[in-house]
Amino acid sequence: MKSPTFVGYKTMVRKELVRIFRIWSQTLLPPVITMSLYFVVFGGFIGSQLAPIAGYSYMQYIVPGLVMMTIITSSYMNTVSTFYFAKWQHTIDEILVSPMPSWVVIAGYVTGGVLRAFLTGFLVVIVSLLFTHLVISNIFILFAAAFLTSILFALAGIVNAIYAKSFDAISIVPNFVLTPLTYLGGVFYSISLLPPLFRHISLANPILYMVNAFRYGFLGVSDVSMVHCFAVMGGFTLVMLIWVLVLFKKGAGLKK
Amino acid sequence: MTPAIEIEGLKKKYWKGKVVTTEALKGVSLSIPKGEFFALLGPNGAGKTSLISILAGLGTKTEGTVVVNGVSIDKDPDTAKSFIGLVPQEFNFSIFEKVLDIVIDQAGYYGITKAEAMPYAKEILTALGLWEKRNDQAQTLSGGMKRRLMIARALIHKPEILLLDEPTAGVDVELRRSMWEFLKDLNEKGTTILLTTHYLEEAEQLCRRVAIINHGEIIEEGSVKELLGKLHITTVLLDTVESLTEAIMQLLRGEPLVREDENTLKLTLGPGGTMNEAFRKLSSVGVHVTNVRSMGSRLEEVFIQLIEKKDAKDATA
Repeated sequence: MKSPTFVGYKTMVRKELVRIFRIWSQTLLPPVITMSLYFVVFGGFIGSQLAPIAGYSYMQYIVPGLVMMTIITSSYMNTVSTFYFAKWQHTIDEILVSPMPSWVVIAGYVTGGVLRAFLTGFLVVIVSLLFTHLVISNIFILFAAAFLTSILFALAGIVNAIYAKSFDAISIVPNFVLTPLTYLGGVFYSISLLPPLFRHISLANPILYMVNAFRYGFLGVSDVSMVHCFAVMGGFTLVMLIWVLVLFKKGAGLKK
Repeated sequence: MTPAIEIEGLKKKYWKGKVVTTEALKGVSLSIPKGEFFALLGPNGAGKTSLISILAGLGTKTEGTVVVNGVSIDKDPDTAKSFIGLVPQEFNFSIFEKVLDIVIDQAGYYGITKAEAMPYAKEILTALGLWEKRNDQAQTLSGGMKRRLMIARALIHKPEILLLDEPTAGVDVELRRSMWEFLKDLNEKGTTILLTTHYLEEAEQLCRRVAIINHGEIIEEGSVKELLGKLHITTVLLDTVESLTEAIMQLLRGEPLVREDENTLKLTLGPGGTMNEAFRKLSSVGVHVTNVRSMGSRLEEVFIQLIEKKDAKDATA
């Protein structure tokens, strides 16, 4: 006999997967199209005019960053939209009245975000192979960085959805926080190319560590040490997890 | 025997910042034994939904204790929730999902696998007339079907306690009666039912015990019979031979008689009142009564009287 907790978790994950595939044109296709355009414009047209970075062509250099950008956006958008929509439609009540412990509910939503992040990330990697060849330097670091980052942003999406009181509120963070931080997080360049002041400012951007850890997994090059990268990712994930658990415990934004 | 629901001093305040905007429950205490069919009656904003929400785990309480089947919702909320099935007032399922999926997924949240849930899902969906619609998206269902779907979903884990928040609101008379039969049968099989309703007829037909709630306080509680007994008013219908013209009604002015239709009068008797006076007056104006039908005291009248009495008391306080 299966544990009731596991059955509840499995039900949530299955529902999420069904939803992701049912609306694939909204969940899986857009990042593939957007990243293909980045590959063509930045990697192909502009990148061909640029000198190699750390011994790799510009296209090869930006692919890990763009895949990480996809992972961040997909994991965040999956939980923020699913959770907020469930709140708005009151379908979240189906889960809140059930005896599933909060941590299982959180794990269910986070798994949905991680799965969508991995699916879109995988598709973007496949598309990138049409433009360049990729090497994998350290598969463990590659997966660990992708896994931790997707968990972190899936949790962040839940926090945003819990506080959100309108559909506008779920687009503020992606548009005005995530996108600027991602673009300035070393996706398109190495911070070693920046003047010292901007290089130091960049070190305060947590996304820089995620992009660099992921790039290290592929290419074996990074602007920052792996210890710092995993400390930042682990630390932020832990903070976000505690935040979500406290919000669930209080019922803030969830219960009347 | 442990009561199914035991509520003590339950308070619920809604805040905006540091300011209390509403005091939805002002120290409600209730004890509902196992197997009871209990109605919570009250006007809009009385606190019924707040109470149901707290019981089901959808709302937080400000003060007080709530114990479900001997389990405190503070100490072990998850176990307490496992005893309860909730039919909310508003539709709260995904309209894009299929009927069967909605029910089976709900079973999953209660730790029941699809294979385990399927036979009972078939049984309740059939009983509620939804089995033929099992593969249809919920958005294609009529309002009555959607309401029955919420009942099926609430029952899939075979809860010992069923909470129904205005379950027949907006449902036509025929469907309402068939839902009553279903609920009566469920209660006879042992499920404790707590129902909130606007329809007093519903409470009279279904429930053994009733509590009347207004402005967050229980103002009366007892069996339907006890509550009716508190109202010393009797209403009878008198069938007349003569048509009740405007001229006749003018002559009857001042009497406790109201024209129901062309040949029917409604006579309302207050405490200690007799019918003789009314009959004498009717004879004097040439109206002959062929039949007397008793309407008894209706729960609706008790309800209105109690609410008005309480409101008047609050106004003078």
